[in-house]
Amino acid sequence: MALQLHHRASPAVVVTLLAALAALPAITHAIDEPFYLVLASRILLYALAATSLNLLVGFGGMVSFGHAAFFGTGAYVVAIAASHGLDSAWTAWPLAMGVAAFAALVIGAISLRTRGVYFIMITLAFAQMMFYVFVSLKAYGGEDGLPLPHRSVAGAGLDLKSDTTFYYVTLALVAAASGLLWRLVNSRFGRALQGIRENETRMEAVGFPVYRIKLAAFVIAGAIAGLAGALAANQSDMAGPAMLHWNQSGTLLVMVILGGTGRFLGPALGAAVLLLLEEFVSAYTMHWQFYVGAVLLAVVMFLPGGLASMFAGRRRDG
Amino acid sequence: MAELLHLDALVKRFGGLTATDGVTLDVADGEIHALIGPNGAGKTTLIHQIAGSLAPDAGRIRFNGVDVTRMSLHLRTQLGLARSYQVVSLFRRLSVRDNLAFAVQARTGSTFQFWRAAADQQPLFDEARELAARVDLADRLDAPARTLAHGEQRRLEIGLALATRPRLLLLDEPLAGLGPEESARMVDLVSGLRSHCTLLLVEHDMDAVFRLADRVSVLVNGRIIATGTPDEIRVHREVRRAYLGDDVAVHDA
Repeated sequence: MALQLHHRASPAVVVTLLAALAALPAITHAIDEPFYLVLASRILLYALAATSLNLLVGFGGMVSFGHAAFFGTGAYVVAIAASHGLDSAWTAWPLAMGVAAFAALVIGAISLRTRGVYFIMITLAFAQMMFYVFVSLKAYGGEDGLPLPHRSVAGAGLDLKSDTTFYYVTLALVAAASGLLWRLVNSRFGRALQGIRENETRMEAVGFPVYRIKLAAFVIAGAIAGLAGALAANQSDMAGPAMLHWNQSGTLLVMVILGGTGRFLGPALGAAVLLLLEEFVSAYTMHWQFYVGAVLLAVVMFLPGGLASMFAGRRRDG
Repeated sequence: MAELLHLDALVKRFGGLTATDGVTLDVADGEIHALIGPNGAGKTTLIHQIAGSLAPDAGRIRFNGVDVTRMSLHLRTQLGLARSYQVVSLFRRLSVRDNLAFAVQARTGSTFQFWRAAADQQPLFDEARELAARVDLADRLDAPARTLAHGEQRRLEIGLALATRPRLLLLDEPLAGLGPEESARMVDLVSGLRSHCTLLLVEHDMDAVFRLADRVSVLVNGRIIATGTPDEIRVHREVRRAYLGDDVAVHDA
């Protein structure tokens, strides 16, 4: 079987998933474990960040090791704007996306002139530069990070200080952004992007503006990561340099690889599994990273297509 | 006939080696022009420069009246300059249909379309099917390119180039590695392209070259030593000495 470029979404799976996620607050309320709702919001926003990274890694063949730069930028834009009194979600969140997109445009324009290992290293280097920029901004918390005076104000009767409301707003945004990315993957643009992953030189030889296509994907992924970062700042009530650290970029890559690059929902699954493992294993042992590492090793060795490849047969044949 | 491609004193050096040493060459609109020469003469280097994957150190390339010397690969393709590769370069994991649909999409533009599902855009796949028929692969549409036989891969390679609707097609050794049957099939295919586009053909198989070409240019050590009709080239003294070898000449006589 040839590799398929069109990624079907089974309506049954999408509806079931959304219904289960929508019912979650009622469940955590019933069992009186409100903390799980906070964890679920965290998983959702990381799922979005990982899904945006997968546009580059899984669909575009660009292994970016600096995606946290855009995630962290989104978080800092929300925190810095709030510290200057700009606390409306309707302006601060789009601003976070815009600034992250601009950062991606500058970093991408330079990094995308390289390929392979060089691309990995240069994206890593740029992200670390951004990390040190934010560490050195003493006015905005420096190494300690910048606490949010309060969560963004959404208006329209939505009080984001309520964990339940915040969860639903996060769910709506993550679902909408994922839906957009899914349409994108299956559009002419997404086809061209996947063609570049398969054979970049050939794509250029048949007449595609390869560099511009890659740069556009890089900017879109950066903007979506910025949105995830804006949500993260609200969820944790602060923006800190750790959000841009290379550890964070690595975590996002691990989510993508753990879940599987071949399927659209793979990275979201990877985000859920990684954060749940971290949560529950760290309750038993401080050496939780050892066990998470063992799981990752097992997946890479026995399920090279990622956890998502366990569902509905194999996608890749190459 | 009007000239479609004009190379003017093209030079390409790799360190101390001058691979292209002042090549001046005209390809007329509508002809099949063959480029022959011994191994290492610089044929593929020349093709790379015309296609745009290598930049010359000096000289100019004019295509259809436009100076394309510094133009990028994908813009040249959009002007109607296409190439097929000596070593096949395909989308190996994808079906023949998707391989060809890429090339159709590139030509019809609007790649920056982010919402509509491409899989529903029937014209892409209709044209892919027509192209497959033209290169004799109509029954292989769903096969991944990597599972095709060598001859089939070569034909798909040409199909990809044709999808860009070229005015000039650069064919780099289309017969390389093909058995006699597949070779004959390819010669028929190339011969059938004559009515669609101008061809610049690099080939080692002299029987095929003399059968197909309207004109032949001979490249030796980075220089064109002769250009003429196949009959003129066959009897050209310098060519016989430098390239064909006396035994071939005797055999032909």
